Amino acid sequence: MNIHEYQAKEIIARFGVPIPAGGLAWSPEQAAYRARELGDPPYVVKAQIHSGGRGEAGGIKICKSDDEVQRFAKSLFGKTLHTKQTGSQGKDIYRVWVEEATDITKEMYLGFVLDRKSERIMIVASREGGIEIEELAVEQPDTLIRMVIDPAVGLVDYQARELAFKLGLDGMQIGQMVTVLKACHSAYSELDATMVEINPLVITGKGNLLALDAKMSFDTNALYRRPEIAALRDASQEDPREATASNHGLAYVGLDGDIGCIINGAGLAMATMDMIKLAGGEPANFLDIGGGASPERVCQAFRTVLSDQNVKVILVNIFAGINRCDWIANGVVQAYQEIGVNIPVVVRLSGTNVIEGRHILQASDLPITTAETLAEAARSAVDAKSQL
Amino acid sequence: MAILIDENTRVIVQGISGRIGQFHTQEMIEAGTKVVGGVTPNKGGSTVLNRPIYNTVRDAVESTGAEGSLLFVPPAFAADAMMEAADAGIKTCVCVADGIPAQDMMRVKRFLRRYPKERKMRLIGPNCAGIISPNRGFMGIMPPTIYAQGRVGIVGRSGTLGYEAASQMKALGIGVSTSVGIGGDPIIGSSFRDILELFEADPETDAIMMIGEIGGPQEAEAATYVKEHMSKPVVAFIAGLSAPKGRQMGHAGAIISAFGESAQEKVEILQEVGITVAPHPSAMGETMAAVLKDQKISV
Repeated sequence: MNIHEYQAKEIIARFGVPIPAGGLAWSPEQAAYRARELGDPPYVVKAQIHSGGRGEAGGIKICKSDDEVQRFAKSLFGKTLHTKQTGSQGKDIYRVWVEEATDITKEMYLGFVLDRKSERIMIVASREGGIEIEELAVEQPDTLIRMVIDPAVGLVDYQARELAFKLGLDGMQIGQMVTVLKACHSAYSELDATMVEINPLVITGKGNLLALDAKMSFDTNALYRRPEIAALRDASQEDPREATASNHGLAYVGLDGDIGCIINGAGLAMATMDMIKLAGGEPANFLDIGGGASPERVCQAFRTVLSDQNVKVILVNIFAGINRCDWIANGVVQAYQEIGVNIPVVVRLSGTNVIEGRHILQASDLPITTAETLAEAARSAVDAKSQL
Repeated sequence: MAILIDENTRVIVQGISGRIGQFHTQEMIEAGTKVVGGVTPNKGGSTVLNRPIYNTVRDAVESTGAEGSLLFVPPAFAADAMMEAADAGIKTCVCVADGIPAQDMMRVKRFLRRYPKERKMRLIGPNCAGIISPNRGFMGIMPPTIYAQGRVGIVGRSGTLGYEAASQMKALGIGVSTSVGIGGDPIIGSSFRDILELFEADPETDAIMMIGEIGGPQEAEAATYVKEHMSKPVVAFIAGLSAPKGRQMGHAGAIISAFGESAQEKVEILQEVGITVAPHPSAMGETMAAVLKDQKISV
């Protein structure tokens, strides 16, 4: 789960990372008020959406007066910002953050991630900041410093000092960097984060460290024990279909094609998408109905897939282990009755209670194409699409 | 003995009293698995499915000599259950639960390192279908009837894609020694490499089907191991050729976030070390059949 920049900044500040003074605004007037609260100009106005690359997309501006803050904020509110990361859909701006402008002498990169190789938290840092880590990894891989943290003891001071020296810091900056690193590590481990990123971490004109931008993501599997983090969720920044689907126990990811997919198991779902593509079609989505799916959940899966106007054919592919083919078949029949499915549907059932499941589909007399194998199912779906 | 489980392996079920625990325990017993008991705190002394229930894993191990434990414990309590099993002397622990916090798994993996190699528990999963040696025994949630007994090992992240492989092979008359679901989470107990090592050493396995997907470094690690240490042929399939970068595809671990983590890159890495990669998910069985024929292995 992602949160906004200002929320991430407030969290790391609570753990001891210095951030610029600033305030949140829900309207242009409030933005101007926040500027006056901060004192003398200049100010920085930053659109709050769940995406990086906001500066390039026109979502961030340095303003010389509270009037200018108000005018710029007015141009942001309600607007959809398209960044490199949001894709063509973009994300809507409902909140802006106003902060004091900072005198910058140097920009660095600092990130905490889960390293799957060592299965530990890893720090990634660079003397070069302000650009995306992916670009940094390609353009200046030699500047990246990596350090793995032992979960038994956490981040120890000497490690933090070593990293600070490697970044070329000196004097009082060493102590400040140790504080920043330990604060980020505490925030990461105590709040079940999956990522903490400060980019850029700057050295100010006075030689102090300051987090100019911050980003945090959290482990959705741990939200049950982090209610304060769960409360930061902003549904306006999520794909509404994905959000509705997850509320019903479905893992859904919208894509650009026209063959809607309803599958059990993430691996089989990906494989089915691959098979559709190989047969000359384009999958409209990834959808995993999970284990022990009730007829209601299957029916909800149809609703979710059909909410995408591009979908022309639906392919249901189930290899039941913990699922039951008879429940799945009942769910398909229920979808026809409750939603009124009026596009071709191809169903392939296999595994637990497959005989019962096939009987239910046959007895229903619905215009369903059945398939025995994965290849046959994908081919039938693509054929059905080309015959439209 | 195939690997990890056979008809003699004594198995307990942690969380046996719940509805799901009982259902799958029943299936395991019917398939011939030697289920010797279960663990549910505060229900010690009672029985479920005619098996004795113990309060702690240690009690269960001492009374039954259990070597394997299958967990039907909710995600919030799963890490604790794994550590209890490890400390009680369980040799193989299977966790099927999806939704365990990554940092819990980080702690579990660190905890397992406390034990010397000969005493260290092997953890399978989480977020997996489990392990099965067809007609001999299984610990998990798979439908046992889709597997034929034979001499090909299966190791894969995805449960249902593993079923797909097993049934394609069965249709071609190819049986399975053991099938292992290692799970779809970013941090899992056993890697592809760990399981390949067991198959390489198993006299009852002649070839291996390995089923990977996008995300993480484990398929590449497995490729290096195959190149340096394996004599048995490996056939692979990688799911997610059509998956977009940066999006999580259901499994918490199925996200392309670094170089070498896309399906295409993994396919290339595997092919480079001489692994035969099935061109599409419906060709897993026939690719294995062709490789077995080519290597003159009859199964």
